[in-house]
Amino acid sequence: MSKPRVKIPKSAAAGEIITIKTLITHKMESGQRKDKQGNPIPRMIINSFECTFNGERVFGCDMEPAISANPYLQFTARVPESGEFEFVWKDDEGSVFSTKKKIKVA
Amino acid sequence: MTVLNKREFLIVATGAAAAAIAGLPSIALGAEKAEMRVAEFLGGATASEGGLSLEMPEIAENGNTVPLTVRVDGEATADRYAESVLILADGNPEPGVATFHFTPLSGTQEASTRMRLAKTQNVIAVAKMNDGSFMRTDNLVKVTIGGCGG
Repeated sequence: MSKPRVKIPKSAAAGEIITIKTLITHKMESGQRKDKQGNPIPRMIINSFECTFNGERVFGCDMEPAISANPYLQFTARVPESGEFEFVWKDDEGSVFSTKKKIKVA
Repeated sequence: MTVLNKREFLIVATGAAAAAIAGLPSIALGAEKAEMRVAEFLGGATASEGGLSLEMPEIAENGNTVPLTVRVDGEATADRYAESVLILADGNPEPGVATFHFTPLSGTQEASTRMRLAKTQNVIAVAKMNDGSFMRTDNLVKVTIGGCGG
Protein backbone atom coordinates (compact mmCIF):
# COMPACT_ATOMS: atom_id res chain seq x y z
CA MET A 1 0.00 0.00 0.00
CA SER A 2 1.38 3.34 -1.03
CA LYS A 3 1.24 6.06 1.55
CA PRO A 4 1.27 9.68 0.37
CA ARG A 5 2.85 12.42 2.45
CA VAL A 6 2.48 16.14 1.77
CA LYS A 7 4.00 19.15 3.50
CA ILE A 8 2.45 22.60 3.04
CA PRO A 9 2.16 25.65 5.31
CA LYS A 10 -1.09 25.98 7.32
CA SER A 11 -1.61 29.60 6.29
CA ALA A 12 -0.45 32.13 3.71
CA ALA A 13 -1.00 35.73 2.66
CA ALA A 14 -3.35 36.30 -0.29
CA GLY A 15 -1.42 35.75 -3.52
CA GLU A 16 1.61 34.31 -1.71
CA ILE A 17 3.67 31.62 -3.45
CA ILE A 18 4.16 28.62 -1.17
CA THR A 19 6.40 25.55 -1.52
CA ILE A 20 4.79 22.10 -1.53
CA LYS A 21 6.72 18.90 -0.89
CA THR A 22 5.21 15.50 -1.66
CA LEU A 23 6.42 11.94 -1.25
CA ILE A 24 4.66 8.64 -1.83
CA THR A 25 6.00 5.23 -0.91
CA HIS A 26 6.21 3.10 -4.06
CA LYS A 27 8.81 0.65 -5.36
CA MET A 28 8.70 2.20 -8.89
CA GLU A 29 9.64 -1.11 -10.56
CA SER A 30 11.31 0.07 -13.77
CA GLY A 31 10.66 -2.96 -15.99
CA GLN A 32 14.41 -3.12 -16.68
CA ARG A 33 15.30 -5.54 -13.87
CA LYS A 34 15.39 -9.33 -13.89
CA ASP A 35 14.60 -11.74 -11.05
CA LYS A 36 16.98 -14.45 -9.81
CA GLN A 37 15.81 -16.82 -12.57
CA GLY A 38 16.56 -14.20 -15.20
CA ASN A 39 12.93 -13.41 -15.99
CA PRO A 40 12.11 -9.74 -16.55
CA ILE A 41 10.23 -8.12 -13.66
CA PRO A 42 7.23 -6.27 -15.16
CA ARG A 43 7.10 -2.48 -14.95
CA MET A 44 4.95 -1.11 -12.12
CA ILE A 45 5.35 2.59 -11.44
CA ILE A 46 3.39 5.65 -10.36
CA ASN A 47 2.86 7.22 -13.79
CA SER A 48 1.02 10.42 -12.97
CA PHE A 49 0.61 13.07 -10.31
CA GLU A 50 -1.82 15.97 -10.16
CA CYS A 51 -2.21 18.81 -7.69
CA THR A 52 -5.36 20.95 -7.75
CA PHE A 53 -6.52 23.88 -5.60
CA ASN A 54 -10.29 24.28 -5.14
CA GLY A 55 -10.64 22.08 -8.23
CA GLU A 56 -8.25 24.06 -10.44
CA ARG A 57 -5.00 22.52 -11.70
CA VAL A 58 -1.84 23.78 -9.99
CA PHE A 59 0.85 21.35 -11.13
CA GLY A 60 1.03 17.97 -12.84
CA CYS A 61 3.74 15.45 -13.55
CA ASP A 62 3.87 12.44 -15.90
CA MET A 63 6.43 10.01 -14.54
CA GLU A 64 8.50 7.44 -16.38
CA PRO A 65 10.56 4.50 -15.04
CA ALA A 66 13.63 6.71 -14.47
CA ILE A 67 11.91 8.35 -11.48
CA SER A 68 13.45 7.02 -8.25
CA ALA A 69 11.61 4.74 -5.83
CA ASN A 70 9.30 6.59 -3.41
CA PRO A 71 8.79 9.46 -5.86
CA TYR A 72 9.45 12.89 -4.43
CA LEU A 73 8.11 16.08 -5.97
CA GLN A 74 8.65 19.63 -4.86
CA PHE A 75 6.84 22.51 -6.57
CA THR A 76 5.15 25.80 -5.73
CA ALA A 77 1.63 27.20 -5.73
CA ARG A 78 0.14 30.67 -5.68
CA VAL A 79 -2.60 30.81 -3.04
CA PRO A 80 -5.33 33.27 -4.06
CA GLU A 81 -7.76 32.46 -1.24
CA SER A 82 -8.48 30.00 1.56
CA GLY A 83 -9.19 26.54 0.27
CA GLU A 84 -8.13 22.98 -0.17
CA PHE A 85 -5.34 21.35 -2.13
CA GLU A 86 -5.91 17.85 -3.49
CA PHE A 87 -3.04 15.57 -4.48
CA VAL A 88 -3.65 12.49 -6.65
CA TRP A 89 -1.19 9.78 -7.72
CA LYS A 90 -1.99 6.95 -10.18
CA ASP A 91 0.00 3.78 -10.86
CA ASP A 92 0.27 1.27 -13.74
CA GLU A 93 -2.22 -1.11 -12.09
CA GLY A 94 -4.86 1.62 -11.97
CA SER A 95 -4.57 2.26 -8.23
CA VAL A 96 -5.32 5.83 -7.20
CA PHE A 97 -3.87 7.41 -4.06
CA SER A 98 -4.95 10.81 -2.86
CA THR A 99 -4.76 13.20 0.04
CA LYS A 100 -6.05 16.71 0.81
CA LYS A 101 -4.63 19.68 2.71
CA LYS A 102 -6.41 22.86 3.77
CA ILE A 103 -4.77 26.26 3.77
CA LYS A 104 -6.02 29.49 5.36
CA VAL A 105 -5.47 32.90 3.80
CA ALA A 106 -5.34 35.47 6.58
CA MET B 1 50.62 -6.69 -41.58
CA THR B 2 48.63 -4.66 -44.05
CA VAL B 3 48.94 -0.93 -43.87
CA LEU B 4 45.83 0.93 -45.01
CA ASN B 5 46.05 4.35 -46.53
CA LYS B 6 43.69 7.03 -45.23
CA ARG B 7 40.95 6.42 -47.78
CA GLU B 8 40.93 2.66 -47.28
CA PHE B 9 40.90 3.12 -43.53
CA LEU B 10 37.85 5.39 -43.73
CA ILE B 11 35.98 2.90 -45.91
CA VAL B 12 36.71 0.06 -43.51
CA ALA B 13 35.88 2.15 -40.46
CA THR B 14 32.58 3.40 -41.91
CA GLY B 15 31.61 -0.12 -42.88
CA ALA B 16 32.38 -1.41 -39.41
CA ALA B 17 30.40 1.39 -37.77
CA ALA B 18 27.42 0.77 -40.07
CA ALA B 19 27.55 -2.94 -39.33
CA ALA B 20 27.70 -2.24 -35.61
CA ILE B 21 24.65 0.02 -35.79
CA ALA B 22 22.68 -2.35 -38.03
CA GLY B 23 23.50 -5.29 -35.78
CA LEU B 24 22.52 -3.63 -32.52
CA PRO B 25 19.28 -1.78 -33.09
CA SER B 26 17.95 -2.38 -29.57
CA ILE B 27 20.91 -1.43 -27.40
CA ALA B 28 22.88 1.77 -27.06
CA LEU B 29 21.54 4.55 -29.26
CA GLY B 30 20.07 6.12 -26.12
CA ALA B 31 21.03 9.52 -27.48
CA GLU B 32 19.17 8.77 -30.70
CA LYS B 33 16.06 7.63 -28.80
CA ALA B 34 16.23 10.81 -26.73
CA GLU B 35 16.46 12.98 -29.86
CA MET B 36 13.43 11.16 -31.29
CA ARG B 37 11.46 12.03 -28.17
CA VAL B 38 12.63 15.65 -28.44
CA ALA B 39 11.61 15.83 -32.12
CA GLU B 40 8.19 14.39 -31.29
CA PHE B 41 7.76 16.93 -28.47
CA LEU B 42 8.83 19.86 -30.68
CA GLY B 43 6.51 18.79 -33.51
CA GLY B 44 8.65 20.61 -36.07
CA ALA B 45 9.27 23.75 -34.00
CA THR B 46 12.76 24.95 -33.04
CA ALA B 47 13.89 25.30 -29.44
CA SER B 48 15.86 28.35 -28.33
CA GLU B 49 18.56 28.40 -25.66
CA GLY B 50 18.34 30.28 -22.38
CA GLY B 51 15.43 30.88 -20.02
CA LEU B 52 15.41 27.24 -18.91
CA SER B 53 17.84 25.61 -16.52
CA LEU B 54 18.49 22.24 -14.91
CA GLU B 55 20.06 22.05 -11.49
CA MET B 56 21.77 18.74 -10.70
CA PRO B 57 24.91 17.59 -8.96
CA GLU B 58 27.95 17.65 -11.25
CA ILE B 59 28.93 14.26 -9.88
CA ALA B 60 26.21 11.91 -8.65
CA GLU B 61 27.57 9.28 -6.28
CA ASN B 62 24.40 7.20 -6.31
CA GLY B 63 22.66 6.83 -9.67
CA ASN B 64 19.55 5.44 -7.95
CA THR B 65 18.51 8.81 -6.66
CA VAL B 66 19.91 11.90 -8.36
CA PRO B 67 18.25 15.17 -7.34
CA LEU B 68 17.05 17.36 -10.18
CA THR B 69 15.47 20.82 -10.29
CA VAL B 70 13.95 22.31 -13.43
CA ARG B 71 13.51 26.07 -13.64
CA VAL B 72 11.92 28.27 -16.30
CA ASP B 73 12.82 31.92 -15.71
CA GLY B 74 10.05 34.26 -14.55
CA GLU B 75 6.87 33.70 -12.55
CA ALA B 76 4.02 31.68 -14.01
CA THR B 77 1.21 34.04 -15.05
CA ALA B 78 -1.94 33.63 -17.11
CA ASP B 79 -0.06 35.27 -20.01
CA ARG B 80 3.13 33.24 -19.78
CA TYR B 81 3.75 29.81 -18.30
CA ALA B 82 5.45 26.55 -19.25
CA GLU B 83 2.70 24.09 -20.21
CA SER B 84 5.06 21.12 -20.31
CA VAL B 85 8.71 20.50 -19.55
CA LEU B 86 10.02 17.19 -20.91
CA ILE B 87 13.03 15.70 -19.10
CA LEU B 88 15.15 13.01 -20.76
CA ALA B 89 18.29 11.10 -19.79
CA ASP B 90 20.07 10.03 -22.97
CA GLY B 91 22.22 7.26 -21.43
CA ASN B 92 19.41 5.28 -19.76
CA PRO B 93 17.87 2.16 -21.38
CA GLU B 94 14.75 4.31 -21.91
CA PRO B 95 15.41 8.06 -22.05
CA GLY B 96 12.12 9.28 -20.51
CA VAL B 97 12.32 10.70 -16.97
CA ALA B 98 9.27 12.91 -16.46
CA THR B 99 7.16 15.72 -17.87
CA PHE B 100 6.25 18.60 -15.56
CA HIS B 101 3.13 20.65 -16.24
CA PHE B 102 2.94 24.16 -14.82
CA THR B 103 -0.11 26.43 -14.73
CA PRO B 104 -0.69 30.09 -13.80
CA LEU B 105 -1.50 28.79 -10.28
CA SER B 106 2.01 27.27 -10.00
CA GLY B 107 3.43 30.63 -9.00
CA THR B 108 7.02 29.83 -9.95
CA GLN B 109 8.00 27.55 -12.80
CA GLU B 110 10.34 25.50 -10.70
CA ALA B 111 9.98 21.86 -9.64
CA SER B 112 12.23 19.15 -8.24
CA THR B 113 12.29 15.37 -8.19
CA ARG B 114 14.79 12.49 -7.93
CA MET B 115 15.76 10.30 -10.85
CA ARG B 116 17.69 7.16 -11.74
CA LEU B 117 20.73 7.46 -14.00
CA ALA B 118 22.35 4.27 -15.34
CA LYS B 119 25.70 5.94 -16.06
CA THR B 120 27.38 9.25 -16.84
CA GLN B 121 25.19 10.98 -19.40
CA ASN B 122 23.40 14.08 -20.62
CA VAL B 123 20.14 15.15 -19.06
CA ILE B 124 18.00 17.14 -21.47
CA ALA B 125 15.07 19.42 -20.67
CA VAL B 126 12.75 20.93 -23.27
CA ALA B 127 10.07 23.41 -22.21
CA LYS B 128 6.93 24.17 -24.18
CA MET B 129 5.51 27.60 -23.32
CA ASN B 130 1.77 28.41 -23.57
CA ASP B 131 2.50 30.62 -26.61
CA GLY B 132 3.90 27.61 -28.49
CA SER B 133 7.58 28.56 -28.18
CA PHE B 134 10.20 26.06 -26.98
CA MET B 135 13.42 26.20 -24.95
CA ARG B 136 16.04 23.53 -24.44
CA THR B 137 19.01 22.84 -22.16
CA ASP B 138 21.47 19.90 -21.98
CA ASN B 139 23.55 19.13 -18.89
CA LEU B 140 26.13 16.42 -18.28
CA VAL B 141 25.96 14.44 -15.02
CA LYS B 142 28.82 12.16 -13.99
CA VAL B 143 27.55 9.04 -12.24
CA THR B 144 29.85 7.03 -9.98
CA ILE B 145 27.47 4.11 -9.27
CA GLY B 146 24.73 3.49 -11.83
CA GLY B 147 21.09 3.16 -10.83
CA CYS B 148 19.57 0.65 -13.23
CA GLY B 149 19.36 -3.11 -13.53
CA GLY B 150 20.34 -5.20 -10.52
